[in-house]
Amino acid sequence: MLKIINASKIFSLGTPNEHLALDKISVTLPPGDFVTIIGSNGAGKSTLMNGISGSFWLDEGNISLDGMDITFVKEHKRAKLIGRLFQDPMKGTAPSLTIEENLALAYSRKKKMSLSIAVQKKEREFFKDALSEFNMGLEDRMHTKVGLLSGGQRQVVTLLMATIALPKLLLLDEHTAALDPATAQKVLEITSSIVSKNKLTTMMITHNIQSALKMGNRTIMMNEGKIILDISGEERGKITIPELMEMYSKKANVDLDDDNILLSK
Amino acid sequence: MTLLIGSLQLGLIYGLLALGVYIAFRILSIPDLTADGSFTLGLAVSAVLTVAGHPILGIFAALVAGAVAGTITGLLQTKMKVHPILAGIITMTGLYSINLFIMGVSSNVSLIGNETIFSMGANASNITKTLIAAIISVIVFMILMWFFKTQLGLSIRATGNNEDMVRASSINVDRVKIIAIAISNSCVALSGAVLAQYQGFADISSGVGIMVIGLASVIIGEVFLGKRSVTLGFAAAIIGSIVYRFIIALALRSSIFPAYALKLVSAFIVAMALSIPVIKKNMQQRKIIREGRKSAKNY
Repeated sequence: MLKIINASKIFSLGTPNEHLALDKISVTLPPGDFVTIIGSNGAGKSTLMNGISGSFWLDEGNISLDGMDITFVKEHKRAKLIGRLFQDPMKGTAPSLTIEENLALAYSRKKKMSLSIAVQKKEREFFKDALSEFNMGLEDRMHTKVGLLSGGQRQVVTLLMATIALPKLLLLDEHTAALDPATAQKVLEITSSIVSKNKLTTMMITHNIQSALKMGNRTIMMNEGKIILDISGEERGKITIPELMEMYSKKANVDLDDDNILLSK
Repeated sequence: MTLLIGSLQLGLIYGLLALGVYIAFRILSIPDLTADGSFTLGLAVSAVLTVAGHPILGIFAALVAGAVAGTITGLLQTKMKVHPILAGIITMTGLYSINLFIMGVSSNVSLIGNETIFSMGANASNITKTLIAAIISVIVFMILMWFFKTQLGLSIRATGNNEDMVRASSINVDRVKIIAIAISNSCVALSGAVLAQYQGFADISSGVGIMVIGLASVIIGEVFLGKRSVTLGFAAAIIGSIVYRFIIALALRSSIFPAYALKLVSAFIVAMALSIPVIKKNMQQRKIIREGRKSAKNY
């Protein structure tokens, strides 16, 4: 369970570029919740995720994960509990390491850092099985350097790396935005299946409203560092894209014209 | 023949240096200039302890001393956010005084008449000398080969690749970097330590430009063995070092250049090797332009 209370963050405080990125945000994700986050550029979506994963410390507020206060826990220590994917497929993997070495490194979260050989036989089988579920033939390329894979393949490997140690929270920051539509679709399907199979608590940022409404069980809309809409259940099931756009313009006080640019259908 | 054996022995000893440079430069992608200081540190520690009658202790003490020097550079780089090159220069500069102090404020320590690892036991024939140098190289090679397959070794390799990914795997990047730089300088100091006992003296200026020489060896080795894996890379570093010594010995023998030009030649080799990819690319692009113009004329 993720609990954020009154989170605020101001960037470049005291300069002309001062920017209130998070404005007293409070949100709670019960275990197994899959939340999609939408909002225009600069709404604070990525900032929220960076704050949760510990890229910076909040100016105000409190974050707790699974009952543990992580507000001032260092980034790499939080990573034990949090799996994360970025838009850029290059960001999540080490290109000159093989697929199995990358997976082994990600899996080492479960173990204490040691001087034992990194890729054990038992784990090799485990990685292979996990990869074969995606039907992409990656299980036969365990010794291939990740740098030789395509963006979509790399993102799938990263997805497995982020979830292989069963994190308490999975953060997806537009992780399909850099992929072609067909590959993006495939990666989204794999995402859904991994999340539902492991009942992971998940947050996903997307600019695609359709997938925002289709995936997960709850949708949050952000604007200027605030959560302006939080829908789930029946209300979310019935809402159409034009209705959502209208709600957005009403709440955010902007013209509908802009939304078409900011939020693609 | 003496020339051949001599450069083989030197090549194996300097191969340890090349291993250290390979770890910093290729695996961690950090040009670490501490090497210039830690190499002399290895010579100094080893020479002083050999004179005191403990040649083997001298080798191990040099290993530790090199690791300490590397740790200081690592701390400056990670915790103090000093630029990697500057961090190395700072440690190297400080080490100059420390090395002088270890050598009893003298720029030269002679080991003549003292027992060294090369003169122990049987009479020091060229064969035993070569064997001792080879055994040390192979042991270090095997240890490194194993180490870079362990979890810690893997995180070092990944850190040179993509720090974000290592952090996301809940690994302390700073600590991994410090350990890697310490190991690298340990190898460099070991190289100096063995060299001191091999040549029978330690000189305060032995380390000048040594990092470039190590790098030249690595690059030459990669010409033969490529860059496919870390294990091959280590082998390439040692083989490159031996080839480098052959080239130098041959060039000196045939008086192509005088001995004092050694560093200039090393610098030239490294500069050339690092420039070749760009030169190749430029030539390719010119070719494309030329052919494009030619085909344009036909329309």
